Order: sequence, then structure tokens, then C-alpha cells
Amino acid sequence: VTVPSAETPTSPAEVREALAGASYLADDSVALVAYLAQRLGRPILVEGPAGVGKTELAKALSRATGREMVRLQCYEGLDESKALYEWNYRKQLLGIQARATAGDDGGTVGIDEIFAPEYLLERPLLKAIASPEPVVLLIDEIDKTDQEFEAMLLELLSDFQVTIPELGRVEAETHPIVVITSNDSRELTEALKRRCLYLWIDYPEADREAEIVRLHEPSIDQGLAERLVEVVARVRELDLRKPPSISESIDWARTLVLLGADDIDETTFRDSLSTIVKHRADLDLVAEKIGPGLGQGDRNGKPGG
Amino acid sequence: MSAERPPARIADRLIEFCGELRAEGLAVGTSEVLDAALALESIDWQEEVGFREAIAATVAKSRADREVFDLVFDRFFFRATEAEALIREPDAGTTASAGGGEALAEVTVDDLAQAVVEAIESGDTGLMNELARLSIALFARDGERSGVVGVDLQRIRRGLGIGPGGDGEGPDPEGRREFERQLRRELERRQIESQGKLPPARPLRDLSRALPVRGASDLAQVQRAIFRLKRRLATIGHDPRQGGRGRTLDFRRTARASLQTGGVPLDLRYRPKRPRKPEIYVLCDVSSSVSSASTFFLSVVHALHDSFRKLRSFVFIERISEVTEHFLRERDFAAVSERITAAGGVADVSGYTDYGRVWSEFLDDVSADLGPRSTVIVLGDARTNGRPPGAGNFRAVAEQARRTFWLNPEPAAYWNYGDSAMAAYAPFCDGVFECWTTDQLEDFVDLLARSGGGASVHPAALARPEHRY
Repeated sequence: VTVPSAETPTSPAEVREALAGASYLADDSVALVAYLAQRLGRPILVEGPAGVGKTELAKALSRATGREMVRLQCYEGLDESKALYEWNYRKQLLGIQARATAGDDGGTVGIDEIFAPEYLLERPLLKAIASPEPVVLLIDEIDKTDQEFEAMLLELLSDFQVTIPELGRVEAETHPIVVITSNDSRELTEALKRRCLYLWIDYPEADREAEIVRLHEPSIDQGLAERLVEVVARVRELDLRKPPSISESIDWARTLVLLGADDIDETTFRDSLSTIVKHRADLDLVAEKIGPGLGQGDRNGKPGG
Repeated sequence: MSAERPPARIADRLIEFCGELRAEGLAVGTSEVLDAALALESIDWQEEVGFREAIAATVAKSRADREVFDLVFDRFFFRATEAEALIREPDAGTTASAGGGEALAEVTVDDLAQAVVEAIESGDTGLMNELARLSIALFARDGERSGVVGVDLQRIRRGLGIGPGGDGEGPDPEGRREFERQLRRELERRQIESQGKLPPARPLRDLSRALPVRGASDLAQVQRAIFRLKRRLATIGHDPRQGGRGRTLDFRRTARASLQTGGVPLDLRYRPKRPRKPEIYVLCDVSSSVSSASTFFLSVVHALHDSFRKLRSFVFIERISEVTEHFLRERDFAAVSERITAAGGVADVSGYTDYGRVWSEFLDDVSADLGPRSTVIVLGDARTNGRPPGAGNFRAVAEQARRTFWLNPEPAAYWNYGDSAMAAYAPFCDGVFECWTTDQLEDFVDLLARSGGGASVHPAALARPEHRY
């Protein structure tokens, strides 16, 4: 499948439009950085609280550019053989045995033959590099890995190539768009940051979040969406273990639509609270701090300030 | 190719700007400057938002960096524009302010104040800027101009009746701050015009980045810092650190895995390493000599409680009392600190710390529980108020624990002056740190979470993170 918009975009506005077409509402800095990433061929390092759409940005870029997305989900203990490539031992052994039983040349098999591309298992990073079609490479939650892994990424990110000792260098045929996300749970190395464009995504402004909610749940009423976003913003202000993310706002919107609610009062809030707050201790705190304020009915619409 | 290439001089400006960023402590390498220049080439750099974001994305690589970046950006480019204006048209400013002279005669202060309030409510920054200029001109006409920005600002603010803390129904504070910002900026601009030269660049105050532990302490900012720290602790604390050294082979699983490869053990399996779960004892001084720091320290303890399960916390002034329970039962920080300082049973008669007594009590009540896995952390200024420091008892405590650290909220230069007995305790600690900024705190946390021996640690060793202690 060839891509219609594979050429690099010519302005941030164009990127923003393309992302909007892929149902991702980008603000100025997101659009600009996404544009620069494509123009300069740099990876984007995205940081921000959980659930503000960091991963979604990569998906949207993939949809907007029509490129396939290759995803590497990071976890503690992730190593080269899971991220980059691995030799297929079983196939190699079978290959040797097959030659031996076939009997030609007394079964001596050259090392070169054993370490041939056909015995190589491609893991996400190599796949993204070697793909003949340009892809979007998402390296998700890189802060979960250890520093050694980051060091391994450096060659890939700066030169878009991978060195396999037995085969030599594999250079990228096409230039992938790389999106690296981090939840900021540990400091990334300077070397990695140096190679990336940095983007901090925060919770969106109320207006934009309402727009996002309405984009994903079109049947919700405008006023209710605004009200919902406002309540969620107040919940986020509390010191919670896990503040509600944008996707949870959307889930809540869906729940409210299903419940047929046309306003958020204390009862609906209590009933549907579990869609936005997922922690036992948080539930009590939110119910106590936010719930009573909703029932009085004097906070309809937008409160000042 | 959406934009023409920026003129060559912008490169000089960019380098100059990055130089200022470096001076404020950002690690801006040549490659970043290069990136920024490349980025500017590919955007419509004459647009302010794009210009700022493009440089930010290539130069500021963390959220903290971004905050510094924004401050420096405003300062630098404001000064740059003004310097340019001075070169180009030295007296344009005076004509501009005189231009509206006739029209100005009809404006009264009341009308202006009314218009300002409306502009603030509408949130129209362009209008606010115009009104700011108008008010400066108006008050200058009445001869009320001191030439000192702060004084003029105050005077205009009072004249317009938009000062803070007036009657409750003032315009919304966000907009008011914006208007004041515009006003200040215009005043500075006027001053530069009238004097014909730029005032010296003020470096960012160190405190705008450090923890505001002294003076008016902004709890919200402390908590933001702690929140970052909390997340870092959460991962570092249980980091298995699979270094490859000292792993033990799991023979059973290796043999089993080798079946896939015809009995050849190609894939070695190791026993998982159990992460070290440290037991931590925190002792926090809450006396009045460290009162501004103790809020900070209590919130550190609060954060530690979230991250380490085996943690016992104590507060002390004259005597020591355990507050682990309070932290476990109450999640809200404000409530915890309230309970600890008020009803928490902090035995406080005189309000002066008695370290000697604290150590002997700690030794009697708690030290039986100390073992080779325990870490003792003391948060205090070591000011004994002239009482005996009880270093012998402290030594006994330190010897029973595996590691002992002391965090002192005073800069190291003040240690051992006056009644500070830091020197009496330092020899028995594995590390003594001054701790009054987030950075210092994070350095310490990295060290704490790193598993390793209990050898002596000096702050200088922090510079070499690979070193095993």
C-alpha cells in the first residue's frame, strides 16, 4: 500500500489538519513538533502525565501519514533479543541437521550460512528499520527500561541503522517517524535526549478537552461535555494516586450518554464515579470533596475563575 | 520551503541566547544549537509561537528545563528588541507617547479604570496592552512619574483601583496579573527609552528554581517537586538492577529450555534477583529553628511513606515520638501535618531541640529493631541550643543501622557555627548532605535507592554515579 501523503509536510498547519483528520486534536506545540520531526528526521520524545494522549499521538501520526505503526512496548528487563533481533536457534539447528542427513559434504555447514538473514528473527526495532515502506515507530514508556537499553537505542536513533555483528550494518531504507514516550518516572540519559525533539504534553485546556470528548462521543450534548470537563478538572486538582486521564473523560462521557443523564448532579456523579477514579482511596476522597458540591445546583454552567 | 531562510544574524542571536541558557544551568550542546537553527529554517519563524516552540523543542529537554527556558526567552528577547529599537530610532518612544497628547486630555481616570476592568474581564491582551500604555501616559501627564518601575506600577495600580486585596469583588485575578505584566513591561520599555540604555540583565533568582523552604514557603511547589520524586522513588526503589554480575544460574529452567535446542543449553536461565527492600527510619526535626524547612521535610516523609512500605517515621523537638501511624492512616498531606504538629503528641515544652535526649530515647525505644538492613535518615539542622549533643548515643544508633544519613537544611557553610553540632555527628554518618533544593534531594534519593555496601559516602562521590559504595 503506497501512502498518499508520504512526502514531508510543508507547514505545521498542514500537520495539524492531517492529525485532525485522524481524529487527534493537536495544539500548537504538538503540531509544530510533529512537523519538525518529519522535516528534520528527528525522534520525538514525548513526556507528560499518564493518559494525555502520548501514545495516541503516534497512532494518529500513523493514521495521518498512512504509515504502518511498529510498536515496542518497554518493560523492565527488556533486552536486545526482544527489541532488536534474535537468531532463530531452532531453525539454525534444524538447518544443520537437515544438511547432515542430506549427506552432502559430510554435513559441514559454513558459519556464514547459519547466520544468514533467513535465520534472523526481526523484533520491532529492526522491523522498523528494515521495512521497505516508511513506518511510524513507537517506543512506548521508555522510562521502564534500564539505561543500558537506552544506550542501545542511540545508534538507531541518530543514524537509523543497526549493526548485527554477523551480518554487518543494516541501514534504514526509509526514514521512520519515531515517537518515544516517557512517563517521567526516571531521568532519561542526556545522550538520548540530545538526539530527540522534546515535547511536553499536559492535560488540555478545558475547551480543547471538551472538543476532544465531543469528537470521540459525538452524541454528548455540548453543555454536558463542558460540565463534565470542568468536573474532571476539579478532580485532577485533588492529590490523587491516579488522576483521571483524557481517555477516562471520554469513557465517562460514554457512560453518561448510556445512562441518559443530562446534567451531572451528586447522584449521577456517585453512580458513575468509578469510570474516572480507579483507586480505592481516591474514590473516598473524590466522593467526599467533589460530590457534595455538585448537588446544590448553583454551579450550573461555567463558574467564574 | 515554506519560509525564506532566516537572515544570517539570527544565528548570532541564537548562539547568544543559548549562552544565556547555559549560564542558567541548562545543558545546551552545540548539536542542540544546530538543531534549533535547522528547525528555524524549516518553519515560518516570523511567527512568535512557532519561533518559541521550535527553539524550545530542540533546546529544552525536560519540563524543568522548559520552565527556565520560558523565563530566559522572555528576558532575552525583550532585551533584544529594546536594544534594537535603541539603535534604530533613539527618540521614537518620546514621539509615540506624545502623539496621543490631545486625545489624552479628555480621558479621565475613572473612564480608564472602567475600561481596564472591562478589558481584564474580556481577557483581551491586545486591548490590555493599549490600556496599559494609555494609563502610563495619563499618569505621566499628571506629573506622577518617579522613574522607578516598581513605584510607578504601584501608583498606577492604586490610581486605577485594581490593586490586589481590595474589596472582594475585584476583577478576576488571572486577568489582573496579565494586565500588571503588560504594565510592568511598558514601564520598563519607557525607562529604557528615556535612559537610552539597557539595565543590566538580572539573573534568574536561584530560589525561583530551588525549593522555597525559606521565608514564605509555597507548599504547592514543594508538593509538585515531591510528586516527581515520588514517581522516581517508585521505580528506583524496586529496581532489580540486573547487572549480570553475581547472577545465579537456574539449572532446572536452563535444562528445560535446552530441550528446544536439542539439549544444547544455548539459552541460559538465571534465578531472578530479589529486589532489596530497605527498612527506613526517618527522624525529622520539627522545631522552630527549622520551621520553614520542616514542612518540606514532612512532605518528604509523606512521599517516602507512599513508596517504601517498611518505613517508620519519627518527629522530634525536645523528645521523640513516632508518627508512622498518622502517615499510614491519613493520605491528605495537610491533614497529616496538622495532626502531627497539633495533636500528634510531639512532646514540646520549650520548643528547643534537645538532640542528646532524642538520641537516648531513640536508642532505648527503637534501636532494638535496627538491623543490617536498616537505613536511618535524620532531617535536621543539628542545632543543639547549647545542650549536650549526645554523640555517643548517636554513634550507638549509627553502628546498629546499616547506613545512616543526615540531611541538613542549612547550606554547608553555616555548619558548625554557633550551636550547630554537625561535626559531632558527621563521623558516624555514611553521608552528610546539605538539602535545601530539589536537586540536592534527588541526588540523595538516587543514592539511597541504589543497593550497595555501607561504606562511607561523601557528597563529592555523588558526581560519579557509577561508583559502587
